[in-house]
Amino acid sequence: MIKRQAKVVVVGGGLAGLSAAMKICEAGIRVVLVSHQPVKRSHSVCAQGGINAAIDSKGEGDSPDIHFYDTVKGGDFLAHQPLVNDMCHQAPAIIHLMDRLGVAFNRTAEGHLEFRRFGGTLYSRTAFAGATTGQQLLYALDEQVRRYEHDGLVEKLEWHEYLGVVLDESQVCRGGVFHDLRTGALFTISADAVILATGGPGQLYGKSTGSAVCTGSAAAATYLQGAKYGNGEFIQIHPTAIPGQDKLRLMSESARGEGGRVWVPKDPKDNRNPTEIPESARYYFLEENYPLFGNLVPRDVASREIYEVVYNKGLGVGGEAMVYLDLTHKSPEFLDDRLGGILDIYEKFTGDNPKTTPMKIFPAVHYSMGGLWVDYESDGNGLIDHQSPRNQMTSIPGLYAVGEVDYQYHGANRLGANSLLSCIYSGIMMGPGVANYTKTLDKAPEDIPSSVFDQARIKWESRFKEIKSMNGKENPYSLHQELGETLLANVLIVRENKKLEKTLLKIDEIETRFGDLQCLDTSDWSNPTPSFINQLYNMIHLSRIIAKGALLRDECRGAHYKPEFEIVQPDEFDPHEYIDYLEKKSYEEVREEAFPPGHLEYMKKFEENNNHWLKSSIAVYKSNQPEISYEDVDASQVTPRPRKYN
Amino acid sequence: MSQTVLIKIRRKDNPNAAPYWETFELPEKPFANVISCLQDIQKNPVNIGGVRVKPVVWDCNCLEEVCGSCTMVINGKVRQACAALIDPLEKPITLEPMSKFPAVRDLQVDRARMFKDLEQAHAWIDIDGTHDIGEGPAIDQETRHKAYELSQCMTCGCCLESCPQYTLDNNFLGPAVFSQARYFNMHPTGAMHKDKRLEPLMKEGGIANCGNAQNCAAVCPKHIPLTESIAEIGRQTTFHLIKKLFVE
Ligand SMILES: Cc1cc2nc3c(=O)[nH]c(=O)nc-3n(C[C@H](O)[C@H](O)[C@H](O)COP(=O)(O)OP(=O)(O)OC[C@H]3O[C@@H](n4cnc5c(N)ncnc54)[C@H](O)[C@@H]3O)c2cc1C
Repeated sequence: MIKRQAKVVVVGGGLAGLSAAMKICEAGIRVVLVSHQPVKRSHSVCAQGGINAAIDSKGEGDSPDIHFYDTVKGGDFLAHQPLVNDMCHQAPAIIHLMDRLGVAFNRTAEGHLEFRRFGGTLYSRTAFAGATTGQQLLYALDEQVRRYEHDGLVEKLEWHEYLGVVLDESQVCRGGVFHDLRTGALFTISADAVILATGGPGQLYGKSTGSAVCTGSAAAATYLQGAKYGNGEFIQIHPTAIPGQDKLRLMSESARGEGGRVWVPKDPKDNRNPTEIPESARYYFLEENYPLFGNLVPRDVASREIYEVVYNKGLGVGGEAMVYLDLTHKSPEFLDDRLGGILDIYEKFTGDNPKTTPMKIFPAVHYSMGGLWVDYESDGNGLIDHQSPRNQMTSIPGLYAVGEVDYQYHGANRLGANSLLSCIYSGIMMGPGVANYTKTLDKAPEDIPSSVFDQARIKWESRFKEIKSMNGKENPYSLHQELGETLLANVLIVRENKKLEKTLLKIDEIETRFGDLQCLDTSDWSNPTPSFINQLYNMIHLSRIIAKGALLRDECRGAHYKPEFEIVQPDEFDPHEYIDYLEKKSYEEVREEAFPPGHLEYMKKFEENNNHWLKSSIAVYKSNQPEISYEDVDASQVTPRPRKYN
Repeated sequence: MSQTVLIKIRRKDNPNAAPYWETFELPEKPFANVISCLQDIQKNPVNIGGVRVKPVVWDCNCLEEVCGSCTMVINGKVRQACAALIDPLEKPITLEPMSKFPAVRDLQVDRARMFKDLEQAHAWIDIDGTHDIGEGPAIDQETRHKAYELSQCMTCGCCLESCPQYTLDNNFLGPAVFSQARYFNMHPTGAMHKDKRLEPLMKEGGIANCGNAQNCAAVCPKHIPLTESIAEIGRQTTFHLIKKLFVE
């Protein structure tokens, strides 16, 4: 028997898609790499600050175990622990691999990798290449994939959009439907497996720190075809971004990692030039409220503090929703070397020089912890079995998801510099399992009746015909803006059930008005309008998952903060008391006096809340609505406990 | 009364259609850039004559000058549209597609050739495999500093647009590729396969075709020292040639 060469379609060429493609090619499998735009221009280039690995090059005592602990704690214990554990233990090898691929990481005097601090940890764990780490990592992977392209193993289809999956009669994925963004042609590709590495959904909010193609549309389309979507309501708001009409540009957490200090004038009417405001008249609220972590508390905490200072205390700079991020105490040479890339961005887009004037920043939508539900297989020792075809597989057999589009690794809140890691780790980790999956398939793609593919194509042809014939009154781009404004106003840092209910009604209204859209351009050649209208449809459904998930989750966890359901932590509380409490409880009735006043009551409430809510929310598409249920989280290694950063 | 901005755009419906200019009048907004103006046109695609037209088509992605997508010619100068703030630009603003790449539609061009040329120049590091074989080579800070300067090339095409030697129908590789070859040749592992990168640069369309106009370095948005790279590659190819002569 001649051995057939398997073929895998990878959709998306960011860090996740490229690392998966590289690893799968290494196993001798052919890859068709599909991307909206040339892969080298993928959103991952935006990542600035760095990538985490507990290499402990500074002798601080860091270790993968501490990285693991910081990550699950940062995510408020909502991530499956074997995955996080495996990722953190693989991280050093991943950094060394990226280094071998030629990434221009910053170096120590001895020529080794340099590391800096990031949020949510007390260790220098973040490797970086200036302030353009994502770009540098992406280029290195792009180059390796180009090498395979040169060898004939990779076929790239750039300027192509994934529309949906091809399912056979037993609901197994046998390929995908694609849209040639130049010619407008719709066609299918058959494959042994399809991998979605299509990134995050920042565009849902209209303006975010994300790129233009980050619509989440691919994930939503797949959910509409039956795939489960997990933890949708967990959207990370980054504390430090700058304003813009087209996008909110990020000022990386590395600015704080390198010593940046966040403050506001104590007197909101103090409108002196910030450099003239003396120390005594400044309120360094993060440093004062979190003496241990200071400016490097996790993002959910920092964003809420800024919200509190700006909206509840009315202390925003110049009466606006902004605070200072100050680097002026650092030398210009140091700043150029370590943060040049982002400081250039700031100066270019605001006209102010951040080396001499404190930057004005505010929180912006940044990252989705949630995404397509994917599976994994533990090795029984708290890590992952890297050979398992289940790793990263969605609820549709043969369809995988990886990178920001999946829902694993970051729980309820992602720590800075952990996303680049999770993207590359999972892309590489899944490789052997996907290869094994292709070997176990009962049928080769050629053996699937052509009618399966024809039907999928015909469905999309008629869908696009329908879109092109839309001749109503609504402008698709304006309707998108309205959707974004609705989410920004109601599903952001502080969430309230009343507002969330209204949001769902508003989304219904937007869906109705979608029916009255006008397709502004009906030509065939390189016409983005029909494609955008289809994306908008998907975005409407995705925003419903997020808003409904947020409405139903009556608790505070990580980035999901609902004051109505906050369990206030006593000031002097120590999270170890909770471990004590659990232990005591296992053999005796715990008495009030065993803990400082009020602590037992707090811990009981916390425990009760966790019993109810420490679960992944899972959305499934049913009669035009997300039906939401809850799944247990594997928290078998580190006991979930109250988070504390002061 | 609120201020407006006039934007004149050189449009083209498809590669074979005749180009035409179309002007739009847009409300001025704080922190506006060329991208946000093009987005405003999408929301209200009506030209200055009051005629409803097809929205303007362009490419963009990251919107912070690291992906290279939105490169176009703005007021006669090639640059990224996202980093072109409206306020300091001379009005009316003119937008044109780059001229050195095949036109696609409106401000969109096809830069596939740049990626193909990187393939020709062996622009990667040859590793043994992705399995864990330990640390990479130690690199001194100065070398890494230089490498980082070069590694920020986002294949945007500004250098090629400004280069008199690079045309739509020749095979000149151009400064971006020369600089990338230099970048990989600097790396301790990359240097082991130096010759594979130098050979293609010594053929027709290679380094010998550079006319030394030096426009490239002047327009590079990442301030990559392209002329320095050209000189360095010139030196490396010369050595390589001499070495070959001796060996043969
Ligand atoms: C400004 C900014 C800074 C950041 N900094 C950091 C940092 O310092 N450290 C860190 O760890 N993380 C950081 N992050 C997060 C991190 O950059 C992202 O989470 C990560 O890069 C996502 O990578 P990805 O491979 O999943 O997707 P992406 O890089 O978004 O790639 C998605 C790919 O899918 C393609 N695609 C999408 N939809 C379709 C479709 N329908 N059809 C065909 N192709 C499609 C796109 O073309 C693209 O190639 C940052 C994020 C932002 C926004």
